[in-house]
This record gives sequence, structure tokens and C-alpha cells, in this order.
Amino acid sequence: MTMIYTRDYEIEKEDFVAAGEVSARIKNKLKQLGVAPALIRKIAIASYEAEINMIIHSYGGHMQLDIDEDSIKITCADTGPGIPDIDLAMQEGYSTASDTVREMGFGAGMGLPNMSKNSDNMHIESSPAGTTVTLKFQM
Amino acid sequence: MKVTEIAKLLDAEFLCGDSRQDTEILCACGADMMSDVLAFTKHDAILMTGLVNNHVIRTAEMMDIPCILFVRGKRPAQDIIDMAEEREMVLLATDKPMFTTCGILYQNGIKGGMRGE
Repeated sequence: MTMIYTRDYEIEKEDFVAAGEVSARIKNKLKQLGVAPALIRKIAIASYEAEINMIIHSYGGHMQLDIDEDSIKITCADTGPGIPDIDLAMQEGYSTASDTVREMGFGAGMGLPNMSKNSDNMHIESSPAGTTVTLKFQM
Repeated sequence: MKVTEIAKLLDAEFLCGDSRQDTEILCACGADMMSDVLAFTKHDAILMTGLVNNHVIRTAEMMDIPCILFVRGKRPAQDIIDMAEEREMVLLATDKPMFTTCGILYQNGIKGGMRGE
């Protein structure tokens, strides 16, 4: 498979001012590459949810965008503290977000379910050493 | 419905994007939780909210929402307005509360922006 584009972005813990910048950059890149608008929207939503999740819940980490001829992959890898119960976290409405986060308009417990809905495949691996969420989209 | 007609119906002021007042709006979403907006809104929607932080603009950007209407007399700070202008969005502000705003738009033919509506 020929890789068309690959890029790594850093995500900092609790950086709410920058929240969304990485996803906006990913969205613009996909636009430049001429990806279909309906697919871009799905990727942007999943990516933004993932980015916000990392900022709210993790110690920080990286998001990597990999684009090849027929698919787009976003890998979100943080350095902890891990998701204790993934099945519970996948339930719509379940959230461990603080009141401060809710006042900012997030923490409705829709992040992971919405990432799953907007991607063709989502894989989560988690331990106290870190969580990796892989999102795949078919062109 | 054009943004300019929405502004007239709600006595709303343009905070930015008055040159884009012909933008067409098909449906609407009223929410203060951006998580809900990300989960449910269709495209070509107007977002009605009482939240005035940068996340509202970011969420609208991700969702391709061209117009945001701030309700209950809420006004975002100038840096938030600038952020919206850079993204070529229309920002409106009305003193009317959320319920009244939704009612007026619904009565005038704007439908919900949730999936399944």
C-alpha cells in the first residue's frame, strides 16, 4: 500500500485553549487532498472527539494521521492513566468528566460512542501505562 | 431560510459575517452541550447556544455549521468573534431565551437538526 501522507501531532494534557487545533489541521489536510466532504465531516467529528478526550482525560500524547490510497487512519496514543472499564466508557451518557469540563460544553458521555459511529473501525487498547485508540476510515 | 431572515425574526444582531447574510439554513440545533451537537446535528444547520467559549466555534467548524446564534443576551468576547470571522462563519446574538428562539424558528419552517427528525 502506498502511503500518501503521514503526520504526527502532539496533544497536551488539559490544553483547552488549543483543543480542536489538531483536528482542524487534519480536516484542512483532507480538504487539500480532495477527500469527499461527507467523509471529511465524519473524520473531523471522530478526530475532534478523540482530541478532546485526550485533553480531558489523559496525561497527554500524540495523534498520528496516516493516509494511503484507500483508507485513512488516526492513531491516538496517550501515556495514561488508562480506561479502567472500556465497556462502561462505551455506554452513551457515561462520563467521568469534571464539572469544569461540563461547563465548557463537554463531558456528556458521547465521545467514544460517537467516535465509533463515525468511523468504519475503532480499536481501543488500554492499560494504566496508556490508551491507544485507532480509528479507521475507508475512502 | 436565509440568515438575514432569521436575524429579522429574532431581532438578532450580526456579530460577524453580515456580508454572508444570504447563507441558507436548512435546520437547527439548540444545545449548550457541545458533545450533544457533535453527536446529533445534521449539516447546513444553525446552532443556537448560550455557551460563548472557543469550543463553540471549533465544534461548528468540525460540523460545517455556517451560523451560530447566541441566545439569552449572551455575547462572546472579541477573540471568539475573530475566530469565527477567520472561518467565514456568521455569528448572531439575540436577547430572546432559547425556548422562544426555537419556537419562533420552528413556527417559521425551520426543522430540527437531530438525526431521525
